[in-house]
Amino acid sequence: MSEPTANRLLVNPIECSGHGACAELLPEMITTDEWGYPMVDGRPVPPALERDARRAVSACPVLALRLVPAEVAPEARTGRA
Amino acid sequence: MTSPMTSAAHDEPWEEPLDPTARGVPGDGRRAARWLPRLLPRGTDVPEDLRAHVARYGGPPYRGAAQLLVGDVRAAGLTGRGGAAFPVHRKLAAVLDAARRSRYSRPVVVANGAESEPASEKDATLLWLAPHLVLDGLQLAAEAVGADQAILCVHAHRGGDVGIALRRALAERDGAQIDKVPVELAEAPPRFLAGQETALVNRLGGGPALPTFVPPRVTERGLGNAPTLVQNVETLAHLALIARYGPRWFRAAGTELEPGSMLCTLRRADGVSRITEVPLGTPLCDLLGGRDVEGTVLVGGYHGTWIPAGKAAALTLDSQSLRGAGASPGAGILITLPPTACGLAETARVARYLALESAGQCGPCLNGLPRIAGALDELAGPRPRRRTVEDVQRWAGLVTGRGACHHPDGTARFVRSALIAFAGELGLHERGRCSATSRKWFLPVPADPARTEEDWM
Repeated sequence: MSEPTANRLLVNPIECSGHGACAELLPEMITTDEWGYPMVDGRPVPPALERDARRAVSACPVLALRLVPAEVAPEARTGRA
Repeated sequence: MTSPMTSAAHDEPWEEPLDPTARGVPGDGRRAARWLPRLLPRGTDVPEDLRAHVARYGGPPYRGAAQLLVGDVRAAGLTGRGGAAFPVHRKLAAVLDAARRSRYSRPVVVANGAESEPASEKDATLLWLAPHLVLDGLQLAAEAVGADQAILCVHAHRGGDVGIALRRALAERDGAQIDKVPVELAEAPPRFLAGQETALVNRLGGGPALPTFVPPRVTERGLGNAPTLVQNVETLAHLALIARYGPRWFRAAGTELEPGSMLCTLRRADGVSRITEVPLGTPLCDLLGGRDVEGTVLVGGYHGTWIPAGKAAALTLDSQSLRGAGASPGAGILITLPPTACGLAETARVARYLALESAGQCGPCLNGLPRIAGALDELAGPRPRRRTVEDVQRWAGLVTGRGACHHPDGTARFVRSALIAFAGELGLHERGRCSATSRKWFLPVPADPARTEEDWM
């Protein structure tokens, strides 16, 4: 087992318009609610998922999803974005 | 001209000396140092003018350089009185840090008097009665972070009388040349979220009073991209007194963990309301009018928590005690719902107001709050479906923690606490009955929701 990276996923909920591309590309960490908006696992992204996470970030049509160093999003927005 | 308060009075039950050893406070100020109230001049509805203010407290005790006040504020343990109770010295330090790093723009200080809670009147009362204490605090905070610009922001719908009084106070200070930094008076629109820190900065920058996404924090990049200190007006008034009398004096009231006093808006079940200043840690039963008070108490306003009065009477006014009941002191709003009112109907009406006051920027809040409000309307009526409670619970969970601001979180907390506190009432509604005997609404709810973008300007 490898060490988790220091990155977390962070959604800007103002920008997000619920396209859902991120949830398709990273279902391990992102699901959608009943209105189609992403619910993001706020824990550090495991190394095995880092590549998929980056793809999800670049697939967001409104650039609402970011991968940020853990200390940028310290208030455990765990479970949800 | 009359006071902006309609029915609120500010008489004070707290008259015991807090620290008989307090020294170095001249004249009338000695009493102010040892007794509560500290912030509001006693027994008057007339604003204290500059002459009376200076006679009581002396001029603002400038330190002569930035940063020097931060240590006193930290030692005092002052926290924000706008509702979030964030440590003031940490905000001061964050602004100083950001200013050191950027070096291009001097910090800005904003006194937040945009009191958004419809049930709260403590900031308007403070601004009306003791404007110079707030303005002293604004100057001292500006000096502490090295700001060259200061703004005092109040709500437009309350701007009438308070605005005139503040303009007069600013003119007095101008004449006496006691301000080091020029102060601009600004107005926020009468929206529930307008006093939210990022929304306020957004508005002052010429945009709508809508919250923005954090990061960046406004302490880092706020008004005009300058490091920005936003402090509630009551917080600044406390800071002005800490600068005069020191941290030890401040800590003579309150608890070890949560020192000092706070202004509260008390709304009793008989409809009488008053503004009072009490030490943190005050037993709620003293504020509610005894241990045997009936009904249900709303602690912390419309983002707050419903607690059965019997349970509330055993708690004290500090986060440590209230946390156990899922509540916090917030901005000091305590409302006792009379037994003649239906708690579910009152909650549904406020939930509708909160849904309409959503900025509508974040998907979960935009979708969830109107659904929650609709479900509560059903629960407030006869024979609601059983699954409606589950719907509310699920939606409350879905919106929590998923907005740019805490509006969905606070609304969810308020609504969930109602389902617990009014469970008995819900049982009645399921059988087609209701305990309410009065058709008059009790909780104050503003009439005009935002319709166009103009309403946020």
